[in-house]
Amino acid sequence: MGKHVLLIEDEPNIIEAIRFILSRDGWQVDTHSDGMTAFDRVGALRPDIVILDVMLPGRSGFDILRDIRADPELCALPVLMLTAKGQVKDREMAERMGVSRFMAKPFSNTEVLSSVRELTGG
Amino acid sequence: MARSTLTGTRIRERRAVMGIRQADLARAVGISASYLNLIEHNRRRIGGKLLVEIARALEVEATALTEGAGAALVETLREAAAGHEGALADLPRIEEFAGRFPGWAQLLADRHRRVSELERTVEMLTDRMTHDPFLSASLHEVISAVTAIRSTAAILVDTEDIDADWQRRFHRNLSEDSRRLADGAQALVAYLDEGAEETGIQSTPQEEVEAFLRGRAYHVAELERALPPPPERLVAGAPELSSAPARELALAYLRRYRRDAELMPLAAFAEAARAEGLDPGRLAHRFGVDPGAVFRRLATLPREMAGGPVGLVTCDGSGTLTFRKPVAGFALPRFGAACPLWPLYQALSRPMAPLRAVVEHGGRRQGRFLTYALCQPTLSSGFDGPQVMEAAMLILPEETADLPGGAGQPVGTSCRICPRRDCVARREPSILADGF
Repeated sequence: MGKHVLLIEDEPNIIEAIRFILSRDGWQVDTHSDGMTAFDRVGALRPDIVILDVMLPGRSGFDILRDIRADPELCALPVLMLTAKGQVKDREMAERMGVSRFMAKPFSNTEVLSSVRELTGG
Repeated sequence: MARSTLTGTRIRERRAVMGIRQADLARAVGISASYLNLIEHNRRRIGGKLLVEIARALEVEATALTEGAGAALVETLREAAAGHEGALADLPRIEEFAGRFPGWAQLLADRHRRVSELERTVEMLTDRMTHDPFLSASLHEVISAVTAIRSTAAILVDTEDIDADWQRRFHRNLSEDSRRLADGAQALVAYLDEGAEETGIQSTPQEEVEAFLRGRAYHVAELERALPPPPERLVAGAPELSSAPARELALAYLRRYRRDAELMPLAAFAEAARAEGLDPGRLAHRFGVDPGAVFRRLATLPREMAGGPVGLVTCDGSGTLTFRKPVAGFALPRFGAACPLWPLYQALSRPMAPLRAVVEHGGRRQGRFLTYALCQPTLSSGFDGPQVMEAAMLILPEETADLPGGAGQPVGTSCRICPRRDCVARREPSILADGF
């Protein structure tokens, strides 16, 4: 079985595209769309990497990232953050919170795939 | 310098412009050249018949010589000079400048007005890009659609062996997203066209503080302890507070939070809040504090202790929103002015008069809310300092408080995104009017 990625994103067609790209590369892809319960899902699935959107219903990606970094068992988890807000300020905030990589939408499929591979040592 | 004292200067300027020698002008009006010289250097007052004759000889109205540049022009120049340190030394000669070089003075005044207008525009654009919920949501929608299209299109182009089911699915997604993109772009263009006066970026210190508080559900548990950590430590450890102004605002907020918590300890306050049905007046009486402090304290109660969500908004004397804790169904504008019908603003115009009103919000999720509003002086500089007012409005949804029956006062978020077309308080047309 390939490595395991959890995609936390609420746009169905973006989910479908990313799922397709990563699945073809041998990844097991789980998805989650609700910000409120996303952190619990991370804890339950223990993926190898999380792809995290910033603007989610219920809770923002920043809040979820903060929880991940504060959890002793999850704090080392690679997190690739995707956001439509590509402002420097958001990037800086994500970096201060310990994001592994920050990518502004619209991204290229190749970038996503290579980032996921790099962040997981693949 | 009084305007009339520069009559001589204007005569000299006008004469020079017309290329008339001092002696010739003196002769034409029947005075000596030396007397005209004294007049031109403002050492002799001039009026009556002689002034009329000089004006006639110089082919201008006499008032043009006595009144010189318009008061409005001089005032504008004065404003321009006030904002420029290097010009302050020449401020006493501003009238002379306007009188001697009316064309240049007018140009300078026009440029100053234009710069002021442009600064205002930049401010509005920045404000809109930063705080406008509609614009933010629209941009997000457009970027999401573009992202999905780009990614899906790349899959279709780059994947040669894609199976027919996936291909159909991605074609359908492309069709959906392209429609979504077209709608979103159209809406954005229409919106920006309507308010072509506005653009910009960056978030504000206030937003950083709100992000910090939102991350804690507006309840700072550390400050509820008997021995709390210093607020400075909380601020230093908050990644959301990236700018110095934001940290300063947060520090002031947390210090006030702690003072409120000391006066109204959490457990006792939560119990009292339930017993008093969240009535801030009765709670203020019970704890011997002002109702404004109770508003703030209620807004920091965890949802389960308050019995439901509690919203709070405060503004200063200018009506600018200084704190926002929204509740579902009662959106608080991120930019510009809010709905003028909010009890918050009624309280602002009636300091110290407590207001309690049921309002009906006209947003997408129409709902009724019980509001309490009060405006108080902060007295931060004592009785002799400038009077600084702060108004606050507590917002309790139906799930949190028992609302009296009957129709509530209709309110919105702000005119621009309010669907109430016929509102008597409307400042500007709504972007929702044409199909948004």
